[in-house]
Amino acid sequence: MIQEFKKIWKGYALGMLWLLGLLWPLLGIHPDGTLSFEKTLTVWLYIFVGTAICLFLYLLNKSGALELVTDPVATFRKNVLGLSKQMPSWVWLVVVLVLALLFPVFTTRYAQDVAVNVLIYICLGLGLNIVVGLAGMLDLGYIAFYGIGAYSYALLNIHYGLSFWVCLPLAAFMSCIAGCIIGYPTLRMRGDYLAIVTLAFGEIVRLILNNWMTLTNGPNGILGIKVPGIFYPSFFNGFSMEHLWLKKLHYLYYVALMLAIVTIISVYRLNYSRIGRAWESIREDETAAELMGVNTFLLKLLAYAMGAVFAGLAGAFFASRMRFVSPESFTFLESAMVLCMVVLVGMGSIPGIILGAAALIVLPELFRGFELYRMLAFGAAMVVMMLFRPSGLIPAKRVGTRSEEREN
Amino acid sequence: MATVLETNMEYFLQQLINGLTLGGLYALIALGYTMVYGVIQLINFAHGEFFAAGGYVGVILLGFFTGLGYMETHPILCLGGAFILTMAYCAFLAVGVEKVAYKPLRKQSRLAALLSALGMSIFLSNGLMLTQGVFDKPYPGEYFEGGFEYGAITVSYLQIMILAMTIVLLIVLNILVFKTRMGMAMRATAQDKTMAALVAIGSNKIISYTFAIGAGLAGAAGIMVGLYYGSVRYDMGFVPGIKAFAAAVLGGIGNITGAMLGGLIIGMVEIFGAGYISGQYKDVFAFIILIAVLYFKPTGIMGQNIDDTRV
Repeated sequence: MIQEFKKIWKGYALGMLWLLGLLWPLLGIHPDGTLSFEKTLTVWLYIFVGTAICLFLYLLNKSGALELVTDPVATFRKNVLGLSKQMPSWVWLVVVLVLALLFPVFTTRYAQDVAVNVLIYICLGLGLNIVVGLAGMLDLGYIAFYGIGAYSYALLNIHYGLSFWVCLPLAAFMSCIAGCIIGYPTLRMRGDYLAIVTLAFGEIVRLILNNWMTLTNGPNGILGIKVPGIFYPSFFNGFSMEHLWLKKLHYLYYVALMLAIVTIISVYRLNYSRIGRAWESIREDETAAELMGVNTFLLKLLAYAMGAVFAGLAGAFFASRMRFVSPESFTFLESAMVLCMVVLVGMGSIPGIILGAAALIVLPELFRGFELYRMLAFGAAMVVMMLFRPSGLIPAKRVGTRSEEREN
Repeated sequence: MATVLETNMEYFLQQLINGLTLGGLYALIALGYTMVYGVIQLINFAHGEFFAAGGYVGVILLGFFTGLGYMETHPILCLGGAFILTMAYCAFLAVGVEKVAYKPLRKQSRLAALLSALGMSIFLSNGLMLTQGVFDKPYPGEYFEGGFEYGAITVSYLQIMILAMTIVLLIVLNILVFKTRMGMAMRATAQDKTMAALVAIGSNKIISYTFAIGAGLAGAAGIMVGLYYGSVRYDMGFVPGIKAFAAAVLGGIGNITGAMLGGLIIGMVEIFGAGYISGQYKDVFAFIILIAVLYFKPTGIMGQNIDDTRV
């Protein structure tokens, strides 16, 4: 144990020296021909103290010195989990649903805004999960479909005045077509090549949106997109159907909630369907799946198209909510963000993705004061997460049991 | 008619020179990708950031030398010193990044390593932004102005320097990889890690060495891009990084000669596409080439002979 800790501290010290060596040329060499050390040392000391405390706590926990604190927490967690298992799952679903429905009543505009964002990213994460988590194809250009959905609605609305509800399936359809077009040539590839080609496609879509001035108005984006409207029956002055633009944020929240629920239900159903099992078999071993009679090409294309459909829905809603679209919103960083939601908390598990989306949107909002350091922390968290929990916080459970597990 | 043809010809030659310059730069970056991929089968997403870091350290050092006043008296010496120090810095950075973010994940799934690389890339580019600011940082370019002119064709001193530097670096790399014992060990590790370990080649050392060489080349490319375009930006590593990866794939990933060839082709395609078709879509051409190559010939141009030239 002591030996092991010694090794860890030695590695840590070397790493910190390395960091000092990296920081000094960036912070300590000035264009007026002078050298300085104070700023480098201050920055370095902050990082050093912060990481040293984290590492110390981690090692204490590992060696069991923190059992006084962690033991009660663990028992408490176990008890709560036991309780939650005893209750039928529909109770939980009802509780969550009621809380989600009542959310705008008790919260401020700001919280609703964040919640709408979370819901959009839940749709995106679950859509990407079909491609990455179920079918096992790494997609780094997923945000392109989101962009295509958003621009479909924006253009149809601006030029033809079509309403949100008409455009929603149309946007999904357009994204689906794009998914097939992009999927068809790429699906012959596997692994890293697939990742890089999807990345290239994502960039191509963004560049086209950015440069096709006559259609998309280029980097200036499209302004004046209409929000969704609904007809509702009015009994004032006899019976008539009244039209209402859902401009208020809490109305939009309900639209987003509806989209998210539709997505969750469909992904859940897909997950446990024949198609879902076929996707999982492709993920585990493509050759074996093909031998068992799974039409791998068609199913991979379907996974791509299904993933794109949900991104298209989310995109159309995004355009209607912002009332503005521009290529700025569909950069590679967004793709990376959605991928993180799928992978960091638990690849393939629906609650994991919902938690991941919530965490990745809400945490940066909580640390708004440190906005500059947001992406830095995001990158570091990604690396640290992969180092300590390479399969995510809550790894996905397999459907059914494997034969070797059943024997035990 | 003759004059039109002549101007067309001149235009073509000018584009050819520009394409060669850019292609050489892409080749330098692509080499890092291809060598790392050859040894540990990882797309090193952070490689573009090594390149950006090189650009920044270069501008810092050149600024420092200007401040000291050496730039006016010995510009060549200062430039050489900046190149060497920057390459050393990038090598130092890359070796550390590999130890921190990739080495512990060698036994894990490819996805974990790829995501770690992605996280590292985001981390490094934001680290650069925080320490150096969000705005473009101008390069001291006044010492390298001017050039030769043949009619309408201009070859700037900078372009000549970049081409010469690229050729020198490529020759040095070839010697390192194909003529030294270390290079032989590298090629052995790339071919078969277990077998190499059995004949007492330490794979950790070889991997560090590979990262150092690749990042050194990327750092040199960073300074040259800074000098060529006149400024650097914290996020400048991303797009050239992807294009260089495209070049590496085009040449057949893992193949050094292929990466050089691929870099030249991508640079040419970009310049000629911008010159003859559309300047706005110049980035698209490189990506389309990448997709077409992967679709029709996934092994790349030189991917077949993976026996000897592979690293």
